Amino acid sequence: MLINRHKPEDCACILPSEITPESAYLNRRDLLKAAVAAGLVIPASWQAEAAETQKLNYTKNPGFSVTDKPNTYEEITSYNNFYEFGTNKEDPARNSGSFKPTPWSVKIGGECDVKGTFTLEDILKPHALEERIYRFRCVEAWSMVIPWVGFPLKDLLARFKPNSKAKYVAFKTIVRPSEMIGQRSGTLDWPYVEGLRIDEAMHPLSLMIVGLYGKTLPNQNGAPLRLMTPWKYGFKNIKSIVEISFVEKQPPSTWNITAPSEYGFYSNVNPSVDHPRWSQARERRIGAGGGLFNARQETLMFNGYETQVASLYKGMDLKKYF
Amino acid sequence: MPSQKAIRRFYKPALFLLCVIPALPAIHSLAALVANSFNSSVSELIVSSISFWKFSRSADPIARLLHEQGEWALRFLVITLAVTPVRFITGQAWLLNFRRMLGLFGFTYVLLHFLIWLSLDQGFYWAGIGADIAKRPFITIGVAALLLLIPLAVTSTNKMMRRLGTRWHKLHRLIYLIVPLGVWHFYWLVKKDVTEPLIYAAITAFLLGYRYWRASKRKQAAAIQPTSLH
Repeated sequence: MLINRHKPEDCACILPSEITPESAYLNRRDLLKAAVAAGLVIPASWQAEAAETQKLNYTKNPGFSVTDKPNTYEEITSYNNFYEFGTNKEDPARNSGSFKPTPWSVKIGGECDVKGTFTLEDILKPHALEERIYRFRCVEAWSMVIPWVGFPLKDLLARFKPNSKAKYVAFKTIVRPSEMIGQRSGTLDWPYVEGLRIDEAMHPLSLMIVGLYGKTLPNQNGAPLRLMTPWKYGFKNIKSIVEISFVEKQPPSTWNITAPSEYGFYSNVNPSVDHPRWSQARERRIGAGGGLFNARQETLMFNGYETQVASLYKGMDLKKYF
Repeated sequence: MPSQKAIRRFYKPALFLLCVIPALPAIHSLAALVANSFNSSVSELIVSSISFWKFSRSADPIARLLHEQGEWALRFLVITLAVTPVRFITGQAWLLNFRRMLGLFGFTYVLLHFLIWLSLDQGFYWAGIGADIAKRPFITIGVAALLLLIPLAVTSTNKMMRRLGTRWHKLHRLIYLIVPLGVWHFYWLVKKDVTEPLIYAAITAFLLGYRYWRASKRKQAAAIQPTSLH
């Protein structure tokens, strides 16, 4: 039997989620029932090999949603920066068809009491999913409005009982060149890594995302699990996460390693701090085009989430810590 | 080698039509945008026909249009630069007949790329446009390349060639600077994957290197020529 194995350096062992013990196998129906009772429908795509997106059970959270008109599903899923699948905006949708977001597991480690490798099902089980419509601002000066489905990152992190040394949270994307064509060339240093300060990660706006428009994430949007911090530039929101660790020192982040003068660790949306090669003062809202005189709109401080997040950066020189 | 008549009656018009094709989506979009700004009922008709150009495939048709026209500008300038070397390598001197047209198309595409940036991308937001030209080196050199092309386009007529004489050749050597500026402009705007700009850089380096090599060879030949004369 052929098993689609992860790269050896990625995981020397067989992942727990790849093993189905006989007892669990027999109890599968009961487990599914329990999951449904817990308010979570485990989509077929997380059980079988199907790459199709599945409907999710969630509630809307208008308190955390903007009222801007969301972009269409097609726009959100056909215009992506996900260099693991190629550097053109159309590449991720085109090249991610063979990527298998299942089975999936996430390794938790570092400065916390609860460590180990957890299946995606285990990760998601206790969390009720909610829909939040967030603004999304790419560092390339375009933007979208996206109805994400997910749950607060802080609720997930709290389960692993971080200790007092946990000053930052580091994230890692999967390395799987056999399914991710972009990883076969050295465009970026793989794996893609990102990080947040612990108070940023614990902020109520920070989400773990599993879906959009009520369905599980398509591969090109970072299936099956990605981050969303809407006051930061898009690239901070790491996709297809396989590792989360609590660390004491500021962790590396891929674009910062690639071009430190252009991409900082914080990468908060800030119209008054320009990218060295282009202005960040204005942005083009994808899909809103029409007319010569509204090509771009003003970019808002912290992408419009200033009242919620400005206190995180009190006293910091945001020109220095961009 | 085709006759002058065939070149004038067939080859040149055919090449002209071929060169116009890449501009059609841009002309169409500009027309739609202009109409959209002033008259919504007419614009709906034109905008809805944009899908004809398959720009609906991209969620950001403006960026796509801007980049595609920019690439065509660079392609035409590189092709123009290639005419002379290709002529010497292949010995097909009649190809020179097309150099002016190709160069003027290069200029037109640069201008189109610039106009798309001013209108569709920036929405004539002059404060931002001015700041970008002054502060962003890749835009500065792009605009510089466009400005340097203007005298070449203006002096491209037969009359101007005659009037300027040998100075015409000197002036038109500006293209050796303009094309590298264009490649540099492309290289600098790319976020990470610089493969494509490097391909243009390699071709440009070859075309300029060939000229340098040929010129120095001729200089040597000229230096030894007097002794070999009878």
